[in-house]
Amino acid sequence: MAGTGKAHLRPQGTALLTIEDLVVEFPVGRKGLKVNAVSGISLDVMEGETVGLVGESGCGKSTTGKAIMQIPRPTSGSVVLEGTELTKLHGEELRKLRPRMQMIFQDPISSLNPRRKVLDIVAEPLGIWKIGTKEEREVRVRKVLDTVGIDADQAGTRKPHEFSGGQCQRICIARSVVMDPKVIICDEPVSALDVSVQAQILNLLEEMKKEYGLTLIFIAHDLAVVKNVSDRVVVMYLGKICEVAAPDDLYAEPRHHYTKALIDSIPEPDPTIRPDSTDALEGDLPSPVFPPSGCRFRTRCPAAQEKCAAEEPQLAEVGPNHYVACHFPRELVAAH
Amino acid sequence: MTSPGSADGSKPLLEIRDLVTHFRTDRGIVQAVNGVSFTLGEGRTLGVVGESGSGKSVLSRSIMNLLPKRGVIRQGEVIFDGRETSKLDAKDSRKLYGVGMAMIFQDPMTSLNPVVKIGRQLTEGLQLHFGVDRKFAMETAEELLRSVGIPEPAKRLNQYPFEMSGGMRQRIVIAIALACGPKLLFADEPTTALDVTVQKTILNLLAQQQRERQMAMVLVTHDLGVVAGRTDEIMVMYAGQAVEMAPTDKLFTDMKHPYTEALFRSIPKLADPSHTRLESIPGRPPNLISPPVGCRFAPRCIYADAKCHAELPPLTPVPGEPDHLFRCWHPVSINTHKLVSAAAPEGN
Repeated sequence: MAGTGKAHLRPQGTALLTIEDLVVEFPVGRKGLKVNAVSGISLDVMEGETVGLVGESGCGKSTTGKAIMQIPRPTSGSVVLEGTELTKLHGEELRKLRPRMQMIFQDPISSLNPRRKVLDIVAEPLGIWKIGTKEEREVRVRKVLDTVGIDADQAGTRKPHEFSGGQCQRICIARSVVMDPKVIICDEPVSALDVSVQAQILNLLEEMKKEYGLTLIFIAHDLAVVKNVSDRVVVMYLGKICEVAAPDDLYAEPRHHYTKALIDSIPEPDPTIRPDSTDALEGDLPSPVFPPSGCRFRTRCPAAQEKCAAEEPQLAEVGPNHYVACHFPRELVAAH
Repeated sequence: MTSPGSADGSKPLLEIRDLVTHFRTDRGIVQAVNGVSFTLGEGRTLGVVGESGSGKSVLSRSIMNLLPKRGVIRQGEVIFDGRETSKLDAKDSRKLYGVGMAMIFQDPMTSLNPVVKIGRQLTEGLQLHFGVDRKFAMETAEELLRSVGIPEPAKRLNQYPFEMSGGMRQRIVIAIALACGPKLLFADEPTTALDVTVQKTILNLLAQQQRERQMAMVLVTHDLGVVAGRTDEIMVMYAGQAVEMAPTDKLFTDMKHPYTEALFRSIPKLADPSHTRLESIPGRPPNLISPPVGCRFAPRCIYADAKCHAELPPLTPVPGEPDHLFRCWHPVSINTHKLVSAAAPEGN
């Protein structure tokens, strides 16, 4: 699993957001050691597309999302949004671009200021940017709240603790779209919610995407959720990309051994599928301070050979719009 | 009333009759568990499924006498291994923990003592219940760690919980729960805090241990995927009540309660193509201080009519199938034609 390589990037200039060779490292201890959170990944997002980032905890998916927002700034690499290189921007220039990108987080309740009213929370970004008059702002806030399914007359003067998790996530979504952003980075937006509410929020995100012409980066650990919302799925492991494909292809024919293991681990709500019919992935995630040489997945990979330790595999095309970083990718089960 | 568990003829290990657990709060009485009954046979697995606030965790804590005495109203019978245990005081309950029933919780970090070495946490129960000496207890502990798949068990005994990953810690928690050979294990969301790949290994481990030890298990989870294929029976809970109870295969193929159906439909499935619109359940679970008068699911149910809002349906068996119980005036299969017409406009 290497993940360096750019075979999966679309032709230059066509993407809305392009990330190249993104590296994020965090220093640990006093001996100059570092956590290799993200180690040179590249990906691009077309306008109106939903790109899903999946992987286990510690794979660098959230760090990637934050590095795109420049909080914190990546150690190296480039992030280009609509032709502007974000990593080179500073202070006011970067701040001016912030409304173009918004973020939604996992825990909706802690992302909202508990002491403010819903109307004020959603209006705050408009106030900061001094958009329109006070009355115009209120009209806009009410309209946005209405589209996310919150009744502004009834709920507008209430505070976050009076709402359930699902409703708070609706308010978070309202706050992020009120500035009319281009890109929304959703970092595990439904993992804190109950399944019945999860479905409401996923459907809402799809509606908002159409209504506001949004482009989404959807970060989640639940492969079934990612499959449902994404146009393209990027599988990550220990700071690298393993596989990139359209969701239906990826789930039908995973070529990377890690993707296969992830898909096999999902508990399916179907009692005819015996959960012990496939092997579970052995071992623990290696330390990101001392990642394995070569392919980072080799320590847990059923197909690992000597070459995997010596040489880092590059992302290569294995099918139409399907890229995998593996020396020995899985063979296709059924010939077409 | 016939309940699942005894249906296969195995000896009943745990019988719950009309268990009620209410909490007194400043705002009123929270009816967390309201009249739940079931029977679990020896060596069987019951899956308890429900969303947050459905009462599934309170149910297992209530059965184990883990709730405080103050402010808690408890009624009903808990017969474990032929003995009424719901009236036991803390001291007598403790004699039951570990040897009779044991429990594992969602977050392995907070269920382990962070400043006590693994070895001591594992041997505490052994020494207390069986009065074995330290050396023998430590040897048993090492054996236990090996059986739950922990490499280098001798070294681990001398380590602290923080030195291990989440999956390892949950294995330790399982080893502690199994140490005294309980007859019944409550697993309360045992894998919710873990990654999917780790979740699978932990669930496999639980299944394997259960087989080897002939232990019964109550697997509490919000995930229908976790209980499918890993349980014998399933009880679906909603707002403190059992709304449907059936053998696992039957529940998935012939669900009767609209809530079970709605819950199942709202899960994104791998077999569906991407961008399939999910069928969500409108609204949110009711406030348990003043739950709806009629069926508790009625305010969110697409089939509900006046009768549903006025009268609480009883838990009744499907005609000819005593092991399949449901609580609904308009069970799903009868409504199939209605279902199609109701789902069609929203479906695309």
